[in-house]
Amino acid sequence: MRRIDLSRIPGARWGVISSPYLWMLLFFLLPFIIVARISVAEAQLSIPPFSALFQWAADRLTIEISFASYQWLVADDTYFRAYWQSIQIAFFSTLLCILIGYPVAYTIARAPAHTQPTLLLLILLPSWTSFLIRVYAWMGLLSNRGLINQALVGMGITDGPIQMLNTNFAVYVGVVYAYLPFMILPLYANLVKHDNTLLEAASDLGARKIISFFRITLPLSKNGLIAGSMLVFIPVVGEYVIPELLGGRRTLMIGKVLWQEFFNNRDWPLAAALALVMILILLIPIMIFMRVQQKELEGRR
Amino acid sequence: MKSLTFTRCMFWFGILFLYLPMVILIIYSFNAGRNVQVWAGFSTHWYGEVLRDRQLMAALGRSLRVAFFSATAAMLLGLLASIAIIRMKRFRGRGLLSGMVTAPLVMPDVIIGVSLLMLFVSLQQAIGWPQGRGLNTVFIAHTTFCVAYSTVVISSRLRELDESLEEAAQDLGATPVSTFFQVTLPIIWPALLSAWLLSFTLSLDDVVIASFVTGPGATTLPIEVFSSVRLGVSPKINALATMIILVISLIAFTSWYVTRRIDIRNRRQQLAYQREME
Repeated sequence: MRRIDLSRIPGARWGVISSPYLWMLLFFLLPFIIVARISVAEAQLSIPPFSALFQWAADRLTIEISFASYQWLVADDTYFRAYWQSIQIAFFSTLLCILIGYPVAYTIARAPAHTQPTLLLLILLPSWTSFLIRVYAWMGLLSNRGLINQALVGMGITDGPIQMLNTNFAVYVGVVYAYLPFMILPLYANLVKHDNTLLEAASDLGARKIISFFRITLPLSKNGLIAGSMLVFIPVVGEYVIPELLGGRRTLMIGKVLWQEFFNNRDWPLAAALALVMILILLIPIMIFMRVQQKELEGRR
Repeated sequence: MKSLTFTRCMFWFGILFLYLPMVILIIYSFNAGRNVQVWAGFSTHWYGEVLRDRQLMAALGRSLRVAFFSATAAMLLGLLASIAIIRMKRFRGRGLLSGMVTAPLVMPDVIIGVSLLMLFVSLQQAIGWPQGRGLNTVFIAHTTFCVAYSTVVISSRLRELDESLEEAAQDLGATPVSTFFQVTLPIIWPALLSAWLLSFTLSLDDVVIASFVTGPGATTLPIEVFSSVRLGVSPKINALATMIILVISLIAFTSWYVTRRIDIRNRRQQLAYQREME
């Protein structure tokens, strides 16, 4: 087979590859190196608020590396608890998204072919509107004088309002609400490709529907499940807006801690160290996601 | 079909869960009273209040400008990245490129924001560019993460496109460039449009990354909204939210409808072409 031969135009091939390449190298990869470098600087009252890595003093180049930020990270157990709680919240919300998202994706994939795009649109439309507004909508619903509490008290189920806003419960609701479409979409994309004859064969051989689901459909949907789970889990670990708006004082998530260290305490090296440790924690999930996605992106040939 | 009832129930529960909060928000945006939780009659008072707010409108203008340019740049870079990954099979560092356009899809916003800000500050120290931070740095940041999304959209369409169409054009003597403009582009342009619109709405929606990389006098609409939302629920924000919801869903719905119709037509033509080839 002949490939498209762009080499006939000098520089064209190089230009096509290098422009996105250079952009992403400069603005996506290089920043991580800068973050690593600032994480070993010392915080100081200057602009920018960290010490320089190289210094010329007495005709000699000295390199200053300080692990003060990392020592802080270990010494104060707030940071450890924040990482741990972020991972917990991300993990359980991913599970919740699977529990709600799988049946939804399954229903769409099993619907008649001509209604599928409409059902999919129905699911995706809310996710195109602002993320901020979707989280904000829950602030009003969950507050002490909000609609849910009004209904609970009005129906006589509880005597007084239940504190829901500014708790971890609200964070879970917000996360599942905001990230559910990211679970449904890859799952649907996977489930819709399944060959129905496998299920028919199973039922011809006497397998019950529930059995053939667990032995055929579920294993086949592994890649969609992984992609969806990673699309939820990884960003939620670093989530800032949801814990800030819906969480309470006891909600300790690392994205919020990083934000506070950066904006309120102006401690850039500590914020850089926090970001770097977060990347290290997320490295394995990100690698898993990239492998699944790359298979998808490059196609299996 | 007994087992279907459970999944169908879950489906409608899911739909209800997704839509109910929005519907309630929209209803309460027409509340006349200042108190958000108590219904005090129908009024469009708060909509007027939003439209008269100079600060909000200025922020909206800035956001639209940044979103327009970021979406355009991201679409072009995403197209080039897709061609490089899908059509140019062998070049050094291809794995790195597809990694770099995949990772931003899941990278937490705070990490992208903090690392880009540190890059901008360090670059300014080292080479004097970019001079300060403002809309230009927000543009760079938004373009960077939107490239990832637009590459996903465009490359999935490009992969589906039958390569033999392009090969046929070249066998008939077309240059690669004219093949691209006369064969490839007319088929994949709905994907380009989707990529542009997706990037546009993502840029319009971002609050975390913009908070990090923006500078004085360059607050975008989400930053403005976020700072007032932090203080609690207000009917004015409800009205603004309703306007945003309606405008964005209208754009999204139209683009979905148009691209679907065109896609169906293109697929039919391609099918007819393939049949003729056989």
